[in-house]
Amino acid sequence: MQLTAAEQDILDGRHGEALAGILREQVSVGEFFGAERFVEVTNAHFMGDREVFGQAGANYLTRLADAGVTVRVPTTRNAQSVDFEQAHLLAQSPELVEGEKETRVLLRRLGVSTVNTCIGYQSVYQPRLGEHVAWGDTGTVAYANSVLGARTNYESGAAGLAAALTGRTPEYGFHLDENRRANVRVRVTASLDDHADWGALGGLIGERTRGYWNVPAIEVVDRPGPVSDELKHFGASLASYGSMAMYHIVGTTPEAPTFEAANAGRELIDEFEVSQADIDAFMARDLPDGGPVDLVVFTAPQLSFFESKHIADRLQGNKVSDSVTLLLTTNSLTCEALREQGHMEAITSAGGIVLRGTCWYVMDPAAQREHFGWGNLVTNSAKLVNIIRAHGYTPALRRTDECIDAALTGKVAGR
Amino acid sequence: MTTIETFFRVAQATGAEVEAEAVVSPVAFSARYDLDRTTGLISRNDHPLKGQSVRGKIFIAPGVQGGVAAGWAFLSMRGLGVGPRGLIFGAVNPVMVQGAVTAGLPIVAGVDQEFFETVRTGELVRISPDNHTVAIVR
Repeated sequence: MQLTAAEQDILDGRHGEALAGILREQVSVGEFFGAERFVEVTNAHFMGDREVFGQAGANYLTRLADAGVTVRVPTTRNAQSVDFEQAHLLAQSPELVEGEKETRVLLRRLGVSTVNTCIGYQSVYQPRLGEHVAWGDTGTVAYANSVLGARTNYESGAAGLAAALTGRTPEYGFHLDENRRANVRVRVTASLDDHADWGALGGLIGERTRGYWNVPAIEVVDRPGPVSDELKHFGASLASYGSMAMYHIVGTTPEAPTFEAANAGRELIDEFEVSQADIDAFMARDLPDGGPVDLVVFTAPQLSFFESKHIADRLQGNKVSDSVTLLLTTNSLTCEALREQGHMEAITSAGGIVLRGTCWYVMDPAAQREHFGWGNLVTNSAKLVNIIRAHGYTPALRRTDECIDAALTGKVAGR
Repeated sequence: MTTIETFFRVAQATGAEVEAEAVVSPVAFSARYDLDRTTGLISRNDHPLKGQSVRGKIFIAPGVQGGVAAGWAFLSMRGLGVGPRGLIFGAVNPVMVQGAVTAGLPIVAGVDQEFFETVRTGELVRISPDNHTVAIVR
Protein backbone atom coordinates (compact mmCIF):
# COMPACT_ATOMS: atom_id res chain seq x y z
CA MET A 1 0.00 0.00 0.00
CA GLN A 2 1.05 3.57 -0.68
CA LEU A 3 1.30 5.38 2.65
CA THR A 4 1.23 9.14 3.24
CA ALA A 5 3.93 10.74 5.36
CA ALA A 6 1.45 10.92 8.25
CA GLU A 7 0.67 7.21 7.93
CA GLN A 8 4.35 6.32 7.72
CA ASP A 9 4.90 8.30 10.94
CA ILE A 10 2.26 6.22 12.69
CA LEU A 11 3.78 3.01 11.35
CA ASP A 12 7.26 4.13 12.49
CA GLY A 13 5.97 4.48 16.04
CA ARG A 14 6.05 8.28 16.28
CA HIS A 15 2.58 8.13 17.88
CA GLY A 16 3.43 5.16 20.07
CA GLU A 17 3.79 1.44 19.54
CA ALA A 18 0.10 0.73 20.21
CA LEU A 19 -1.08 2.90 17.32
CA ALA A 20 1.68 1.52 15.07
CA GLY A 21 0.38 -1.99 15.80
CA ILE A 22 -3.16 -0.93 14.94
CA LEU A 23 -2.09 0.55 11.60
CA ARG A 24 -0.06 -2.60 10.84
CA GLU A 25 -3.25 -4.65 11.27
CA GLN A 26 -5.06 -2.29 8.90
CA VAL A 27 -2.25 -2.57 6.32
CA SER A 28 -2.54 -6.38 6.50
CA VAL A 29 -6.26 -6.23 5.76
CA GLY A 30 -5.67 -3.66 3.01
CA GLU A 31 -3.00 -5.77 1.34
CA PHE A 32 -5.22 -8.85 1.50
CA PHE A 33 -7.90 -6.99 -0.47
CA GLY A 34 -5.47 -5.23 -2.78
CA ALA A 35 -6.08 -1.71 -1.39
CA GLU A 36 -3.71 0.84 -2.89
CA ARG A 37 -4.04 3.35 -0.07
CA PHE A 38 -5.98 4.42 2.98
CA VAL A 39 -9.06 6.62 2.89
CA GLU A 40 -9.78 9.02 5.75
CA VAL A 41 -13.07 8.42 7.60
CA THR A 42 -15.25 10.94 9.43
CA ASN A 43 -17.10 8.55 11.73
CA ALA A 44 -16.73 5.05 13.17
CA HIS A 45 -19.11 2.55 14.74
CA PHE A 46 -17.76 -0.12 17.06
CA MET A 47 -19.35 -3.53 17.48
CA GLY A 48 -18.28 -5.78 20.30
CA ASP A 49 -20.44 -8.22 22.25
CA ARG A 50 -18.81 -9.03 25.57
CA GLU A 51 -20.14 -12.56 25.13
CA VAL A 52 -18.22 -12.93 21.85
CA PHE A 53 -14.95 -11.10 22.48
CA GLY A 54 -14.36 -12.63 25.88
CA GLN A 55 -11.43 -11.95 28.18
CA ALA A 56 -9.02 -11.70 25.25
CA GLY A 57 -11.07 -8.84 23.77
CA ALA A 58 -11.18 -7.10 27.15
CA ASN A 59 -7.39 -7.45 27.39
CA TYR A 60 -7.03 -6.04 23.87
CA LEU A 61 -9.09 -2.95 24.80
CA THR A 62 -7.26 -2.57 28.12
CA ARG A 63 -3.89 -2.59 26.39
CA LEU A 64 -5.03 0.20 24.05
CA ALA A 65 -6.60 2.26 26.83
CA ASP A 66 -3.47 1.88 28.99
CA ALA A 67 -1.38 3.08 26.05
CA GLY A 68 -3.42 6.28 26.10
CA VAL A 69 -4.69 6.14 22.52
CA THR A 70 -8.10 7.70 21.82
CA VAL A 71 -10.41 7.89 18.82
CA ARG A 72 -9.65 10.50 16.15
CA VAL A 73 -13.22 10.69 14.79
CA PRO A 74 -16.65 10.57 16.47
CA THR A 75 -17.24 6.92 17.33
CA THR A 76 -20.37 5.18 18.57
CA ARG A 77 -20.86 1.78 20.11
CA ASN A 78 -23.37 -0.78 18.91
CA ALA A 79 -26.02 -2.40 21.12
CA GLN A 80 -24.57 -4.06 24.22
CA SER A 81 -25.73 -7.36 25.70
CA VAL A 82 -27.45 -6.15 28.88
CA ASP A 83 -29.81 -3.40 30.02
CA PHE A 84 -28.15 -2.62 33.35
CA GLU A 85 -31.40 -1.57 35.01
CA GLN A 86 -33.44 -4.54 33.81
CA ALA A 87 -30.91 -7.38 33.63
CA HIS A 88 -32.75 -9.13 36.48
CA LEU A 89 -35.96 -9.32 34.43
CA LEU A 90 -34.26 -11.61 31.92
CA ALA A 91 -32.17 -13.57 34.45
CA GLN A 92 -28.93 -12.38 32.88
CA SER A 93 -25.76 -13.66 34.50
CA PRO A 94 -23.82 -11.39 36.89
CA GLU A 95 -20.67 -12.18 34.88
CA LEU A 96 -22.23 -10.76 31.71
CA VAL A 97 -23.42 -7.65 33.56
CA GLU A 98 -19.98 -7.13 35.13
CA GLY A 99 -18.28 -7.74 31.78
CA GLU A 100 -20.43 -5.08 30.13
CA LYS A 101 -19.71 -2.58 32.93
CA GLU A 102 -15.99 -3.19 32.48
CA THR A 103 -16.34 -2.79 28.69
CA ARG A 104 -18.21 0.50 29.04
CA VAL A 105 -15.41 1.97 31.16
CA LEU A 106 -12.75 0.77 28.71
CA LEU A 107 -14.57 2.16 25.67
CA ARG A 108 -15.13 5.54 27.31
CA ARG A 109 -11.41 5.71 28.13
CA LEU A 110 -10.78 5.20 24.40
CA GLY A 111 -13.19 8.03 23.60
CA VAL A 112 -16.01 5.86 22.24
CA SER A 113 -19.54 7.18 22.85
CA THR A 114 -21.30 4.22 24.49
CA VAL A 115 -24.72 5.11 23.12
CA ASN A 116 -25.23 1.38 22.50
CA THR A 117 -27.34 1.55 19.40
CA CYS A 118 -27.66 -0.25 16.09
CA ILE A 119 -29.87 2.57 14.73
CA GLY A 120 -27.43 5.44 15.12
CA TYR A 121 -28.36 6.39 11.56
CA GLN A 122 -31.90 7.10 12.75
CA SER A 123 -30.96 8.86 15.96
CA VAL A 124 -27.30 9.87 16.36
CA TYR A 125 -25.47 10.54 13.09
CA GLN A 126 -26.31 10.33 9.39
CA PRO A 127 -23.33 10.51 7.03
CA ARG A 128 -23.99 12.21 3.69
CA LEU A 129 -23.73 10.95 0.12
CA GLY A 130 -20.14 9.98 -0.65
CA GLU A 131 -18.89 10.27 2.95
CA HIS A 132 -16.38 7.60 3.97
CA VAL A 133 -17.08 5.98 7.35
CA ALA A 134 -16.09 2.75 9.15
CA TRP A 135 -19.12 1.02 10.64
CA GLY A 136 -19.24 -2.35 12.35
CA ASP A 137 -22.78 -3.64 12.53
CA THR A 138 -23.99 -5.27 9.30
CA GLY A 139 -27.42 -3.60 9.30
CA THR A 140 -25.86 -0.16 9.81
CA VAL A 141 -23.46 -0.83 6.95
CA ALA A 142 -26.30 -1.77 4.60
CA TYR A 143 -28.18 1.40 5.54
CA ALA A 144 -25.14 3.67 5.23
CA ASN A 145 -24.10 2.37 1.81
CA SER A 146 -27.55 1.99 0.33
CA VAL A 147 -29.87 4.62 1.77
CA LEU A 148 -27.41 7.38 2.66
CA GLY A 149 -24.89 6.77 -0.11
CA ALA A 150 -22.07 6.83 2.43
CA ARG A 151 -19.20 4.38 1.94
CA THR A 152 -18.15 1.60 4.31
CA ASN A 153 -17.24 -2.05 4.46
CA TYR A 154 -18.22 -4.33 7.31
CA GLU A 155 -15.69 -3.18 9.92
CA SER A 156 -16.09 -5.94 12.44
CA GLY A 157 -14.72 -6.23 15.95
CA ALA A 158 -11.38 -4.56 16.34
CA ALA A 159 -11.43 -3.21 12.76
CA GLY A 160 -14.04 -0.53 13.49
CA LEU A 161 -12.06 0.59 16.51
CA ALA A 162 -8.82 0.54 14.52
CA ALA A 163 -10.38 2.94 11.99
CA ALA A 164 -11.59 5.15 14.83
CA LEU A 165 -8.11 5.27 16.38
CA THR A 166 -6.19 5.97 13.16
CA GLY A 167 -8.96 7.99 11.45
CA ARG A 168 -8.68 5.93 8.28
CA THR A 169 -9.38 2.57 6.72
CA PRO A 170 -7.97 0.66 3.74
CA GLU A 171 -9.60 1.72 0.46
CA TYR A 172 -11.23 -1.45 -0.89
CA GLY A 173 -14.72 -2.90 -1.30
CA PHE A 174 -17.56 -0.40 -0.93
CA HIS A 175 -15.25 2.62 -0.76
CA LEU A 176 -14.72 2.14 -4.52
CA ASP A 177 -17.26 2.95 -7.25
CA GLU A 178 -16.89 -0.34 -9.12
CA ASN A 179 -17.98 -2.48 -6.16
CA ARG A 180 -21.11 -0.42 -5.53
CA ARG A 181 -22.70 -1.25 -8.87
CA ALA A 182 -25.62 -3.66 -8.99
CA ASN A 183 -25.00 -7.18 -10.30
CA VAL A 184 -28.42 -8.61 -9.38
CA ARG A 185 -31.75 -7.32 -10.74
CA VAL A 186 -34.95 -7.99 -8.82
CA ARG A 187 -38.46 -6.97 -9.88
CA VAL A 188 -40.87 -6.85 -6.95
CA THR A 189 -44.63 -7.00 -7.55
CA ALA A 190 -45.52 -7.61 -3.88
CA SER A 191 -47.25 -4.73 -2.12
CA LEU A 192 -44.91 -4.91 0.90
CA ASP A 193 -47.40 -3.53 3.42
CA ASP A 194 -45.42 -4.08 6.62
CA HIS A 195 -41.86 -4.06 7.96
CA ALA A 196 -42.09 -7.85 8.08
CA ASP A 197 -42.75 -7.93 4.32
CA TRP A 198 -39.60 -5.90 3.72
CA GLY A 199 -37.67 -8.27 5.99
CA ALA A 200 -39.05 -11.24 4.06
CA LEU A 201 -37.94 -9.61 0.80
CA GLY A 202 -34.43 -9.16 2.24
CA GLY A 203 -34.43 -12.80 3.32
CA LEU A 204 -35.51 -14.08 -0.11
CA ILE A 205 -32.94 -12.01 -1.98
CA GLY A 206 -30.20 -12.75 0.57
CA GLU A 207 -30.75 -16.50 0.42
CA ARG A 208 -30.75 -16.56 -3.37
CA THR A 209 -27.82 -14.27 -4.14
CA ARG A 210 -25.75 -14.60 -0.96
CA GLY A 211 -22.31 -13.05 -0.92
CA TYR A 212 -20.61 -9.93 0.39
CA TRP A 213 -19.64 -8.69 -3.06
CA ASN A 214 -23.12 -8.99 -4.60
CA VAL A 215 -25.27 -5.85 -4.87
CA PRO A 216 -28.97 -6.21 -5.79
CA ALA A 217 -30.97 -3.48 -7.49
CA ILE A 218 -34.65 -3.74 -6.63
CA GLU A 219 -37.42 -2.37 -8.81
CA VAL A 220 -40.63 -2.03 -6.81
CA VAL A 221 -43.47 -1.70 -9.29
CA ASP A 222 -46.75 -1.39 -7.43
CA ARG A 223 -46.19 1.02 -4.58
CA PRO A 224 -44.44 4.26 -3.65
CA GLY A 225 -40.86 4.20 -2.38
CA PRO A 226 -40.17 2.75 1.05
CA VAL A 227 -39.59 4.82 4.21
CA SER A 228 -36.66 4.64 6.61
CA ASP A 229 -37.96 1.85 8.88
CA GLU A 230 -38.87 -0.32 5.90
CA LEU A 231 -35.40 0.14 4.42
CA LYS A 232 -33.91 -0.63 7.83
CA HIS A 233 -35.69 -3.99 8.07
CA PHE A 234 -34.92 -4.83 4.46
CA GLY A 235 -31.19 -4.10 4.77
CA ALA A 236 -30.78 -5.83 8.12
CA SER A 237 -32.43 -8.96 6.74
CA LEU A 238 -30.46 -8.85 3.48
CA ALA A 239 -27.24 -8.62 5.50
CA SER A 240 -28.30 -11.41 7.84
CA TYR A 241 -29.44 -13.90 5.19
CA GLY A 242 -26.99 -12.91 2.49
CA SER A 243 -23.98 -11.27 4.19
CA MET A 244 -24.63 -8.37 1.80
CA ALA A 245 -23.50 -4.81 2.49
CA MET A 246 -25.28 -2.76 -0.15
CA TYR A 247 -28.42 -2.63 -2.28
CA HIS A 248 -30.22 -0.15 -4.52
CA ILE A 249 -33.95 0.59 -4.67
CA VAL A 250 -34.47 2.10 -8.10
CA GLY A 251 -36.03 5.56 -7.82
CA THR A 252 -35.47 5.71 -4.06
CA THR A 253 -31.83 5.28 -3.02
CA PRO A 254 -29.36 7.95 -4.11
CA GLU A 255 -27.15 5.95 -6.45
CA ALA A 256 -30.09 4.42 -8.34
CA PRO A 257 -32.15 7.05 -10.17
CA THR A 258 -32.56 4.31 -12.81
CA PHE A 259 -31.58 0.66 -13.04
CA GLU A 260 -29.00 1.56 -15.66
CA ALA A 261 -27.37 4.08 -13.32
CA ALA A 262 -27.20 1.55 -10.49
CA ASN A 263 -25.86 -1.19 -12.75
CA ALA A 264 -23.42 0.91 -14.82
CA GLY A 265 -22.65 -2.03 -17.09
CA ARG A 266 -21.64 -4.55 -14.39
CA GLU A 267 -22.35 -8.12 -15.47
CA LEU A 268 -25.54 -9.50 -13.90
CA ILE A 269 -25.25 -12.80 -12.03
CA ASP A 270 -29.00 -13.20 -11.47
CA GLU A 271 -32.31 -11.63 -12.43
CA PHE A 272 -35.66 -12.64 -10.93
CA GLU A 273 -39.07 -11.52 -9.68
CA VAL A 274 -40.56 -11.61 -6.18
CA SER A 275 -44.35 -11.70 -5.84
CA GLN A 276 -46.69 -11.34 -2.88
CA ALA A 277 -47.08 -15.13 -2.95
CA ASP A 278 -43.31 -15.47 -2.40
CA ILE A 279 -43.47 -13.08 0.57
CA ASP A 280 -46.49 -14.91 2.04
CA ALA A 281 -44.74 -18.26 1.64
CA PHE A 282 -41.68 -16.90 3.44
CA MET A 283 -43.84 -15.84 6.40
CA ALA A 284 -45.65 -19.18 6.41
CA ARG A 285 -42.43 -21.17 6.76
CA ASP A 286 -42.82 -21.27 10.54
CA LEU A 287 -45.90 -21.97 12.67
CA PRO A 288 -48.07 -22.11 9.52
CA ASP A 289 -50.95 -23.46 11.60
CA GLY A 290 -50.50 -20.87 14.34
CA GLY A 291 -50.46 -21.80 18.01
CA PRO A 292 -49.52 -20.62 21.49
CA VAL A 293 -46.77 -18.05 21.85
CA ASP A 294 -44.31 -17.54 24.72
CA LEU A 295 -42.53 -14.46 23.45
CA VAL A 296 -43.29 -11.52 21.20
CA VAL A 297 -40.13 -9.57 20.38
CA PHE A 298 -39.66 -6.30 18.54
CA THR A 299 -35.90 -5.95 18.00
CA ALA A 300 -33.11 -6.53 15.46
CA PRO A 301 -32.69 -3.71 14.67
CA GLN A 302 -33.64 -1.56 17.65
CA LEU A 303 -36.95 0.28 17.19
CA SER A 304 -37.16 3.83 15.93
CA PHE A 305 -39.35 6.36 17.71
CA PHE A 306 -42.20 5.85 15.25
CA GLU A 307 -42.04 2.06 15.32
CA SER A 308 -42.28 2.27 19.11
CA LYS A 309 -45.11 4.81 18.95
CA HIS A 310 -47.13 2.56 16.64
CA ILE A 311 -46.86 -0.30 19.13
CA ALA A 312 -47.64 2.02 22.05
CA ASP A 313 -50.78 3.26 20.29
CA ARG A 314 -51.95 -0.31 19.66
CA LEU A 315 -51.27 -1.32 23.26
CA GLN A 316 -52.95 1.73 24.81
CA GLY A 317 -55.61 0.50 27.22
CA ASN A 318 -54.92 -3.20 26.45
CA LYS A 319 -53.19 -5.93 28.44
CA VAL A 320 -50.53 -8.35 27.29
CA SER A 321 -51.60 -11.95 27.87
CA ASP A 322 -50.32 -13.51 31.13
CA SER A 323 -48.74 -16.31 29.13
CA VAL A 324 -46.68 -13.95 26.95
CA THR A 325 -43.56 -11.86 27.49
CA LEU A 326 -43.53 -8.80 25.21
CA LEU A 327 -40.11 -7.27 24.60
CA LEU A 328 -39.09 -4.14 22.69
CA THR A 329 -35.52 -2.89 22.36
CA THR A 330 -34.32 0.57 21.52
CA ASN A 331 -31.61 3.03 22.50
CA SER A 332 -31.54 5.47 25.41
CA LEU A 333 -32.28 8.49 23.19
CA THR A 334 -35.47 6.94 21.84
CA CYS A 335 -36.44 5.73 25.33
CA GLU A 336 -36.20 9.27 26.65
CA ALA A 337 -38.43 10.62 23.87
CA LEU A 338 -40.95 7.81 24.40
CA ARG A 339 -41.06 8.59 28.10
CA GLU A 340 -41.56 12.29 27.47
CA GLN A 341 -44.39 11.67 25.01
CA GLY A 342 -46.22 9.19 27.24
CA HIS A 343 -45.64 6.24 24.88
CA MET A 344 -43.40 4.41 27.36
CA GLU A 345 -46.23 4.47 29.89
CA ALA A 346 -48.65 3.04 27.31
CA ILE A 347 -46.32 0.12 26.62
CA THR A 348 -45.33 -0.69 30.20
CA SER A 349 -48.88 -0.29 31.58
CA ALA A 350 -50.00 -2.90 29.08
CA GLY A 351 -47.29 -5.21 30.42
CA GLY A 352 -44.62 -4.73 27.74
CA ILE A 353 -40.93 -4.44 28.59
CA VAL A 354 -38.79 -1.83 26.81
CA LEU A 355 -35.10 -2.74 26.96
CA ARG A 356 -32.60 0.08 26.58
CA GLY A 357 -29.25 0.06 24.79
CA THR A 358 -29.36 -3.57 23.80
CA CYS A 359 -30.66 -5.86 21.10
CA TRP A 360 -32.37 -8.98 22.33
CA TYR A 361 -30.44 -11.59 20.36
CA VAL A 362 -27.12 -10.50 21.93
CA MET A 363 -28.57 -10.88 25.46
CA ASP A 364 -27.73 -14.60 25.69
CA PRO A 365 -31.19 -15.73 24.54
CA ALA A 366 -30.29 -19.42 24.87
CA ALA A 367 -29.84 -18.96 28.63
CA GLN A 368 -33.19 -17.15 28.82
CA ARG A 369 -34.89 -19.96 26.94
CA GLU A 370 -33.57 -22.49 29.42
CA HIS A 371 -34.40 -20.34 32.44
CA PHE A 372 -37.95 -19.42 31.42
CA GLY A 373 -38.80 -22.51 29.36
CA TRP A 374 -39.55 -20.41 26.28
CA GLY A 375 -40.10 -21.96 22.85
CA ASN A 376 -42.42 -20.27 20.36
CA LEU A 377 -41.51 -16.73 19.45
CA VAL A 378 -43.22 -14.23 17.14
CA THR A 379 -41.52 -11.16 15.68
CA ASN A 380 -41.77 -8.76 12.76
CA SER A 381 -37.98 -8.97 12.29
CA ALA A 382 -36.84 -11.40 9.60
CA LYS A 383 -33.29 -10.90 10.85
CA LEU A 384 -34.26 -12.15 14.30
CA VAL A 385 -36.01 -15.18 12.79
CA ASN A 386 -32.80 -16.04 10.94
CA ILE A 387 -30.58 -15.72 13.99
CA ILE A 388 -32.66 -17.05 16.83
CA ARG A 389 -33.32 -20.54 15.53
CA ALA A 390 -29.71 -21.43 16.39
CA HIS A 391 -30.50 -20.56 20.03
CA GLY A 392 -33.18 -23.24 20.21
CA TYR A 393 -36.32 -21.16 19.61
CA THR A 394 -39.14 -21.76 17.13
CA PRO A 395 -39.51 -18.29 15.61
CA ALA A 396 -42.22 -17.10 13.24
CA LEU A 397 -42.19 -13.96 11.12
CA ARG A 398 -45.46 -12.05 11.21
CA ARG A 399 -46.65 -8.55 10.40
CA THR A 400 -46.43 -5.95 13.17
CA ASP A 401 -50.13 -5.96 14.03
CA GLU A 402 -50.26 -9.77 13.98
CA CYS A 403 -47.39 -9.73 16.50
CA ILE A 404 -49.30 -7.30 18.74
CA ASP A 405 -52.41 -9.51 18.48
CA ALA A 406 -50.28 -12.48 19.51
CA ALA A 407 -49.02 -10.54 22.53
CA LEU A 408 -52.57 -9.69 23.61
CA THR A 409 -54.14 -13.12 23.00
CA GLY A 410 -51.23 -15.50 23.68
CA LYS A 411 -51.78 -17.12 20.30
CA VAL A 412 -50.52 -16.46 16.83
CA ALA A 413 -52.84 -16.98 13.90
CA GLY A 414 -52.02 -19.45 11.14
CA ARG A 415 -50.87 -18.40 7.70
CA MET B 1 10.49 -41.77 2.59
CA THR B 2 10.15 -38.92 0.12
CA THR B 3 7.99 -35.93 0.90
CA ILE B 4 5.82 -34.73 -1.95
CA GLU B 5 4.49 -31.20 -1.82
CA THR B 6 1.60 -30.17 -4.04
CA PHE B 7 1.29 -26.42 -4.44
CA PHE B 8 -1.80 -24.33 -5.18
CA ARG B 9 -1.99 -20.61 -5.93
CA VAL B 10 -4.06 -18.30 -3.74
CA ALA B 11 -5.37 -14.92 -4.85
CA GLN B 12 -5.50 -13.19 -1.46
CA ALA B 13 -3.21 -13.69 1.52
CA THR B 14 -1.81 -12.16 4.67
CA GLY B 15 0.11 -13.33 7.74
CA ALA B 16 3.14 -15.48 8.52
CA GLU B 17 3.96 -18.92 7.10
CA VAL B 18 2.45 -21.81 9.05
CA GLU B 19 2.32 -25.60 8.69
CA ALA B 20 -0.23 -27.76 10.52
CA GLU B 21 -2.78 -30.54 10.19
CA ALA B 22 -5.86 -29.72 8.09
CA VAL B 23 -9.49 -29.76 9.15
CA VAL B 24 -11.55 -29.59 5.98
CA SER B 25 -15.16 -28.46 6.16
CA PRO B 26 -17.38 -29.15 3.13
CA VAL B 27 -19.70 -26.29 4.14
CA ALA B 28 -19.31 -22.52 4.59
CA PHE B 29 -18.02 -21.44 7.98
CA SER B 30 -19.83 -19.36 10.61
CA ALA B 31 -17.80 -18.29 13.64
CA ARG B 32 -20.90 -17.63 15.73
CA TYR B 33 -22.76 -20.86 15.13
CA ASP B 34 -20.32 -23.61 14.11
CA LEU B 35 -17.88 -23.50 17.00
CA ASP B 36 -17.81 -23.81 20.74
CA ARG B 37 -15.44 -20.90 21.14
CA THR B 38 -14.34 -22.01 24.62
CA THR B 39 -13.12 -25.46 23.52
CA GLY B 40 -12.39 -25.13 19.80
CA LEU B 41 -14.77 -28.02 19.02
CA ILE B 42 -17.16 -27.82 16.09
CA SER B 43 -20.47 -27.88 17.92
CA ARG B 44 -23.31 -27.15 15.50
CA ASN B 45 -25.63 -30.16 15.55
CA ASP B 46 -26.01 -30.56 11.81
CA HIS B 47 -22.38 -29.74 10.94
CA PRO B 48 -20.64 -32.56 9.03
CA LEU B 49 -17.55 -32.17 11.27
CA LYS B 50 -19.39 -32.00 14.59
CA GLY B 51 -17.10 -33.02 17.44
CA GLN B 52 -13.82 -32.31 15.61
CA SER B 53 -11.43 -29.73 17.04
CA VAL B 54 -9.88 -26.78 15.17
CA ARG B 55 -7.34 -26.27 17.97
CA GLY B 56 -3.84 -25.97 16.53
CA LYS B 57 -5.12 -26.92 13.06
CA ILE B 58 -5.41 -25.19 9.72
CA PHE B 59 -9.13 -24.75 9.15
CA ILE B 60 -10.31 -25.02 5.55
CA ALA B 61 -13.76 -24.21 4.15
CA PRO B 62 -15.19 -23.29 0.74
CA GLY B 63 -16.67 -20.04 2.03
CA VAL B 64 -17.87 -18.06 5.00
CA GLN B 65 -21.25 -16.97 6.27
CA GLY B 66 -22.73 -15.05 9.14
CA GLY B 67 -22.22 -11.64 10.61
CA VAL B 68 -19.56 -9.84 12.51
CA ALA B 69 -18.92 -12.33 15.34
CA ALA B 70 -15.82 -13.58 13.53
CA GLY B 71 -14.28 -10.17 14.13
CA TRP B 72 -13.52 -11.17 17.72
CA ALA B 73 -13.92 -14.94 17.75
CA PHE B 74 -10.35 -15.85 16.74
CA LEU B 75 -8.74 -13.46 19.24
CA SER B 76 -10.94 -14.83 21.98
CA MET B 77 -10.08 -18.43 21.04
CA ARG B 78 -6.37 -17.64 20.85
CA GLY B 79 -6.61 -16.15 24.34
CA LEU B 80 -8.05 -19.45 25.57
CA GLY B 81 -5.49 -21.51 23.65
CA VAL B 82 -8.15 -23.29 21.58
CA GLY B 83 -7.93 -21.46 18.26
CA PRO B 84 -6.79 -22.60 14.82
CA ARG B 85 -3.30 -21.77 13.49
CA GLY B 86 -4.36 -20.75 10.00
CA LEU B 87 -7.37 -20.31 7.71
CA ILE B 88 -7.95 -21.25 4.07
CA PHE B 89 -11.16 -20.23 2.32
CA GLY B 90 -12.52 -20.32 -1.20
CA ALA B 91 -14.24 -16.96 -0.89
CA VAL B 92 -14.14 -14.61 2.07
CA ASN B 93 -15.60 -11.37 3.41
CA PRO B 94 -13.83 -8.61 5.35
CA VAL B 95 -15.07 -9.83 8.74
CA MET B 96 -13.13 -13.09 8.59
CA VAL B 97 -9.97 -11.30 7.41
CA GLN B 98 -10.20 -8.57 10.04
CA GLY B 99 -10.74 -11.20 12.72
CA ALA B 100 -7.81 -13.30 11.58
CA VAL B 101 -5.47 -10.30 11.42
CA THR B 102 -6.47 -9.13 14.92
CA ALA B 103 -5.68 -12.62 16.22
CA GLY B 104 -2.38 -12.80 14.31
CA LEU B 105 -3.59 -15.74 12.19
CA PRO B 106 -2.48 -16.27 8.59
CA ILE B 107 -5.45 -16.30 6.22
CA VAL B 108 -5.68 -16.97 2.48
CA ALA B 109 -8.59 -17.03 0.04
CA GLY B 110 -9.25 -17.49 -3.64
CA VAL B 111 -7.65 -20.94 -3.75
CA ASP B 112 -7.95 -23.15 -6.85
CA GLN B 113 -11.02 -25.39 -6.72
CA GLU B 114 -8.70 -28.37 -7.24
CA PHE B 115 -7.27 -27.78 -3.76
CA PHE B 116 -10.65 -28.33 -2.13
CA GLU B 117 -11.17 -31.48 -4.18
CA THR B 118 -7.76 -32.81 -3.14
CA VAL B 119 -7.12 -31.90 0.49
CA ARG B 120 -8.34 -34.22 3.27
CA THR B 121 -8.78 -33.76 7.00
CA GLY B 122 -5.67 -34.92 8.84
CA GLU B 123 -3.24 -34.10 6.02
CA LEU B 124 -0.33 -31.74 6.62
CA VAL B 125 -0.85 -28.36 4.96
CA ARG B 126 1.40 -25.30 4.68
CA ILE B 127 0.22 -21.74 4.13
CA SER B 128 2.80 -19.36 2.65
CA PRO B 129 1.13 -15.93 2.41
CA ASP B 130 4.26 -14.18 1.09
CA ASN B 131 4.40 -16.58 -1.88
CA HIS B 132 0.60 -16.63 -2.31
CA THR B 133 0.59 -20.43 -2.11
CA VAL B 134 -0.75 -23.28 -0.04
CA ALA B 135 0.81 -26.74 -0.15
CA ILE B 136 -0.35 -30.23 0.75
CA VAL B 137 2.65 -32.06 2.26
CA ARG B 138 2.52 -35.82 1.78
